[in-house]
Amino acid sequence: MLPAIAAVVLVALVGAAARDPVAVRRRAQAASTETSRSAGATLSTDATVVAIDRLLAESRRAHGVEAAAAADNLTILRRLWLALAGTIPSLEEIRRFEADTAPGAVDRALTTLLADRRSADALARRLASPLVGDEKGEFIVFRRDRFTTWLADQIGANRPWDTTVREMVSARGLWTDTPAVNFITQAAANGVIDADKLAGRVSRVFLGARLDCAQCHDHPFAAWKQGEFEGLAASFAQAKLSPVGVEDDPARVHRIDRTSVAALATTMTGAGRNVPPRVPFGADWLGSGGTHRENLAAWVIHTDNRRFDRAIANRMWSILFGTAWHEPVDDIPDPGPTSSPDDLLDLLADDFREHGRDLHRLIKVIAATEAYRFASTHPDLESAEGAARVKATWGAFPLTRLTPEQMIGAMGATTSLQTIERDSHVLTRTIRFFRETDFLREYGQVVDSQGGSLPATIPQALVQMNGKFAREMVEANVVTATGRIAGMAHDDVARLEVAFLVALTRRPTSEERESLLPLITLAESKGRGLEDVMWTLFNCPEFSWNH
Amino acid sequence: MPTRLRTSVGPRYEGIESAPTGRRSVLLAAASLGLSFALPALPARAARRRGVERPRSLLVVWLAGGPSQLETFDPHPGAAAGGPTQDISTVIPGVRIAADYPRLAEVLDRFALVRSLVSKEGDHERGQYAVKTGYRPDPTAIHPAIGAIAAHELPATGLELPRFIALGGAEFPSRGGYLGNEFDPYRVFAPGQKGQNLVPHVPVDRQSRRLGALDSLTRSFETGRGEAVRRTFHEHTLREALTLMTSEQLAAFDLDGESESVKGLYGDSDFGRGCLVARRLIEAGVRSVEITLAGFDTHARNFAGHTSQAKLLDPALAALVGDLKDRDLLESTVVLVMGEFGRTPSINPLDGRDHWPHGFSCLLGGAGIAAGQVIGSTDPEGVAKLPTDPVEIHDLSATVLAALGIDFAREVATLVGRPMKLSSGTPLAKLLRSEA
Repeated sequence: MLPAIAAVVLVALVGAAARDPVAVRRRAQAASTETSRSAGATLSTDATVVAIDRLLAESRRAHGVEAAAAADNLTILRRLWLALAGTIPSLEEIRRFEADTAPGAVDRALTTLLADRRSADALARRLASPLVGDEKGEFIVFRRDRFTTWLADQIGANRPWDTTVREMVSARGLWTDTPAVNFITQAAANGVIDADKLAGRVSRVFLGARLDCAQCHDHPFAAWKQGEFEGLAASFAQAKLSPVGVEDDPARVHRIDRTSVAALATTMTGAGRNVPPRVPFGADWLGSGGTHRENLAAWVIHTDNRRFDRAIANRMWSILFGTAWHEPVDDIPDPGPTSSPDDLLDLLADDFREHGRDLHRLIKVIAATEAYRFASTHPDLESAEGAARVKATWGAFPLTRLTPEQMIGAMGATTSLQTIERDSHVLTRTIRFFRETDFLREYGQVVDSQGGSLPATIPQALVQMNGKFAREMVEANVVTATGRIAGMAHDDVARLEVAFLVALTRRPTSEERESLLPLITLAESKGRGLEDVMWTLFNCPEFSWNH
Repeated sequence: MPTRLRTSVGPRYEGIESAPTGRRSVLLAAASLGLSFALPALPARAARRRGVERPRSLLVVWLAGGPSQLETFDPHPGAAAGGPTQDISTVIPGVRIAADYPRLAEVLDRFALVRSLVSKEGDHERGQYAVKTGYRPDPTAIHPAIGAIAAHELPATGLELPRFIALGGAEFPSRGGYLGNEFDPYRVFAPGQKGQNLVPHVPVDRQSRRLGALDSLTRSFETGRGEAVRRTFHEHTLREALTLMTSEQLAAFDLDGESESVKGLYGDSDFGRGCLVARRLIEAGVRSVEITLAGFDTHARNFAGHTSQAKLLDPALAALVGDLKDRDLLESTVVLVMGEFGRTPSINPLDGRDHWPHGFSCLLGGAGIAAGQVIGSTDPEGVAKLPTDPVEIHDLSATVLAALGIDFAREVATLVGRPMKLSSGTPLAKLLRSEA
């Protein structure tokens, strides 16, 4: 594994090696802050943000919870990088951020981050997982990559979310030149498109409803009926794979025959019925005159379909906070009859719709809320009861475990002082590389969507302490941050500070300085000492829990 | 009433919440002593207890890729489906298996042979999920593999080794699913070696300094976040990992103490060594062990492929069962041998057989199992799609759990509060011994 990692890292580092690695690139920084100054205007006084802040303040008051202190800007920067770019800011990014001393620096950093291809790619990966699955298989992976790249293009260009979704649901053509069709092809096995799978994904991702629970039985606690799910699936019945790609054949019908595999299964439905397309609500939103898929797409993105906007609002909240407003992220309560100022998802959804389904704005609105900028410390967290109250009211920023992909990104960033992945495709390749190597084999699965932050496992702790990558990462040599910090900074206090910035995006407290400095001063060499420091930072809970 | 999952996991985390005072010193203690500190060694009595009195364990021998029933346990020589495969008689009168399994034929009476499994999944990833969990893949929940359920439900007092260990590199590893990632198996990719990532990179003095500093950083992160940080179980997991790193029980992974003759019986292969390690782990008190033999996906050259697999499987499996019996461990260990599906009765132009989830075989033996019988049969001519006496996957999983003494119908709440039954099936009475 070492040579390959070294190669990836070296590509980006060779050019930087000759320069002072911590030098701030003032020219680039000046240019980027100049262009983004206007776009980065703070949203904290925006009506929607104010309404959300008021709603959450009322909730805290009702539960007797004080607001947490405000988090410091570097902490917020780390959160934003993890959520949007899937990694932590490099020392170079931190220096650049700190050089911007005017008010609104966080907002400007967010705007810059959203314009960065790395964010588009990382967000696309997060969104693609529930849309096209995580299954293995070479062809499947190819098509998924194609789809994810296309999705990243849409997110990067900030195309309206409804336009993007319409394309996924209704596009025709070859998987190569119309990448959106891979939403459909990813649900095919042996040349047959699985309409049930598509209906399940549409309902979960676009409606925030697990309608597919009704595939086999009526939903236990929502109003969904089995027939409604079948009707939704029937909207995909015309779609088929042909030499010209995905196309729609008006002659095809959705036939339910659940007894085909094993006649001994309990069949709750009779055998062999044709099911026409049908939607579970809002039938007058359906398009007309198009293919079944086009008609369905019009229904999904209809401006009266509040579930569509609530679903993406909840998902984006989850990406930013690490946990959804409603867990599980894809099974949220039905909206009330009309939009309510007391329903946070309604506030976000209405704003999203009124602003042309603008994903970047949605992210900025969530990130501008008071709750997003709270510290993760809170006096009430000392007791279990207090912690429950804080959690229920979003009174402090929640602790959530980094996803395996964020872990890879953070480790990559920690290895280097520069933003090694300035070119997004390098980061993408790095992640791809690790997905396919020992790291994830030993660390665990990529799948992270089980609703809730799970504690680390013993094998994960062992990988972090004793794994090959941990060794390579902390080893002091010419390409690692460890080696370069050991060689460059003026004194041990400065070395310790840089190490903290690199790994934890903050400076050490005086107590921490006191307890960690001996690692360097007592060591046989600066290099060995810095290795011990980096190992400690890499294994502490603060590194692997977003906070 | 569904049991809250966190409650059921609770005992494992005992001590971290009830004894906060001890926590602070734990890592330092680990560091300065460099020793196993937190748990007593496996009580000799428990480890040595034998026969039916011993706590039960599950041993899954996973044949990845979809082994052909026709070339293993359900041959039909001379019939349309049979192909060139020959058969031999076994210790069970009238029961014949493929001729590639002479040693297994001698101990077949330790197993019940089911020839009529039916699944609904004919894709590898989905198929292994269905067979290992007893549920079809479901986008809204990940069900735990049967090995994870065993680890979750069976007691493991004094055990410092992971409770669920998977040997050999499975392409689709078993999962703890809604029971939590801590019930994912501890995976050992090269059986016969100790397991990866168990040795610190630095000498004791540096490790000790590192752990001391880590303790201080953990305290610092806990400041103002108390309960939230405690709930990450970060320190607890670290402590368990450190315990494992220094545990004397790790010797169970090591084959140095085994004689050449014993090793020879199992066969000089990763799989053979894995089976021997599996026996040692069961002996050490590990509740759930899974060992994978890959290479059964014979879309081409089915017969040659299965013969070479049999050379690995036959000696190892026969030695394993014989060894468990000799050591009086078979009465407390449920042994399940199977793959994700079988292979087609028809032979394709590449001399291969394709995926076939409609009538395939498994072996089930050990604790509580009524061994020495055959259930179901497939059509020798390959015409009838379904076997006689079909056994559905979820009923098989309920049977295994029942044989382990686990309340298979118990509901646990998933992390999102949805109640799930450990198994949705019904145990097959004829596979269980009446006293079980």
